[in-house]
Amino acid sequence: MSVDDRQLRAVHAPIEVRDLVKRYGEIVAVDGVSLTVERGEVFGYLGPNGAGKTTSLRMMLGLIRPSAGSVRLFGRDPLLGIGALRGVAGFVEAPRFYPYLPGRANLELLAGLDRMGIGKTRIDEVLDVVELRDRAKDKVGGYSHGMRQRLGIAAALLRDPQLLLLDEPATGLDPAGMRDMRRLVRRLADGGITVMLSSHLLNEVDELCNRVAIVRNGRIVYEGTLANLKRTASGTWRLHTSDDERAAAVSAAQPGVVLGADDHDLGVSVTAENEQAIAALSVALVESGLGIIELHQHVASLEDLFFALTEQPETDVRQHARLMVAS
Amino acid sequence: MGAALVSYRWELRKLRSLRRTYLGLGAAVAVPVIFAIAVTTQSSSPNDVAFGSYIHQTGLAIPLVLLLFGSAWMYPLIIALVAGDIVASEDHNGTLKTILTRGVDRGPLLAGKAMATVTYAVGAILASGVVAVIAGSAVSGLNPITTLSGQRVSAITGLGLVFASLGVYLIPILAIASIGLLLSTLTRNSTAAVVGTLMAALLFQLIGILPGLGALKPYLLSTQFSAWQGLLRTPIDWAPILRALWVCSLYAVPALITAGIVFVRRDVDGG
Repeated sequence: MSVDDRQLRAVHAPIEVRDLVKRYGEIVAVDGVSLTVERGEVFGYLGPNGAGKTTSLRMMLGLIRPSAGSVRLFGRDPLLGIGALRGVAGFVEAPRFYPYLPGRANLELLAGLDRMGIGKTRIDEVLDVVELRDRAKDKVGGYSHGMRQRLGIAAALLRDPQLLLLDEPATGLDPAGMRDMRRLVRRLADGGITVMLSSHLLNEVDELCNRVAIVRNGRIVYEGTLANLKRTASGTWRLHTSDDERAAAVSAAQPGVVLGADDHDLGVSVTAENEQAIAALSVALVESGLGIIELHQHVASLEDLFFALTEQPETDVRQHARLMVAS
Repeated sequence: MGAALVSYRWELRKLRSLRRTYLGLGAAVAVPVIFAIAVTTQSSSPNDVAFGSYIHQTGLAIPLVLLLFGSAWMYPLIIALVAGDIVASEDHNGTLKTILTRGVDRGPLLAGKAMATVTYAVGAILASGVVAVIAGSAVSGLNPITTLSGQRVSAITGLGLVFASLGVYLIPILAIASIGLLLSTLTRNSTAAVVGTLMAALLFQLIGILPGLGALKPYLLSTQFSAWQGLLRTPIDWAPILRALWVCSLYAVPALITAGIVFVRRDVDGG
């Protein structure tokens, strides 16, 4: 790595995408996506099929030209040449190889094209990482989907990347394969590689990623941590006291707290601006002589939130997202 | 240039693993053998073709007659088989996205493919010629040959002229290869590109025989396939060879430039 490289890498984020647009005739596949992936993050790019995830990743890897906007990988524009992919590796959709060549020969070919002096020992190493060494002599044409997926990771690791872009790495794998893939990504991330991974599977992203962007119809509808998404979207609390009728009256009078519709036969439902408001409410309740039996946050499942963001009518979603981003 | 050479090296490796390479090369060496065997079973000669009447007298006539026969579609097909496939197969396998995210830019990558195509074309023509000389000499002897000017030249001189003719023959062959590479890049479909290249070669011949279009003939690609005959005159007639050079360049250079521009700018959506 040259000094220039190191400087670029020290200054610039692994991925900086600004107002990225890709149009295919009338269809807008990616519609003004902006995001930044910081060093060391495992960033999830989450959305249903057809949301424009793969198209975005293709633009990030320089495979297709944006209609508008820009991509920078460690400060470099992938459109200006392959040099921007130094330290970057990954694949979009299912990784593809030459079926008539053995797995090892495919890796040798890619190592050759990398022009980084990657030797046989490194090829053995990455084959070990993805547990394909004993099948390396077989032609890729005979590989299962899972094996090709792992060979795809091996091909990416050959480059010793600081940034790994993976498009739906676990898709099409059986449960054990998915678990292995998650472990592998986790291990790579723990080793210091910045990872951006796209997925339509919420639990995959939930387990792996520190931060996510949720996309819908080519637009980002949420960006932040999943924990934050859960928290901000669940400002609803359940309250049960020694006298719920009086508790409702106290809650209604409490600043920062709104009394919810009482849909339960037991307890009171309140919506709070923040946790301080709830803390103040509990003090007020106790000062009014009420004993608190139960006070807990109503946790919406991530799935509910995900579907709310990706399936509700769009105007609602935008309001919802603004609300969440603001809070 | 280093990047193009890396690409070239790996393109050769891929060609070595592909069945169609052996299909093409196999045809290139099998046809002269079959032709030589046919010569032994026939006492008559194809007298309407240049050197056709000498096939029983000298084996050196056999590669020359083959060049004339082969230019119709055999050699164009053998070349198109690889040239039309070399980019399109990456689309078919979905491997374009795999190799375009490594360390070689698109330009050098395509340059490597072009060089590999040229290597294959030169190999196929040379192999065909060598086998034709050997098979021809086996059935008719390595004897002196009479040039188109009626002068008898020794077997050794004749041999030199045959190989020089193969070299001149490569000029239109490489133009066909360039068209194949262009179609391979444009169509993203191997079969379409192979058939398209062959159709282009046949179309030139069709234009060549259409009445009233005689004025176009010197500028057709098909005409350049007989440029080598200038070597077999005394003194050597360089005019058709020089014309072959610039006419073929007029076809090959724009084809390669277009292929380059399209390949460098295209969106890689598939795979």
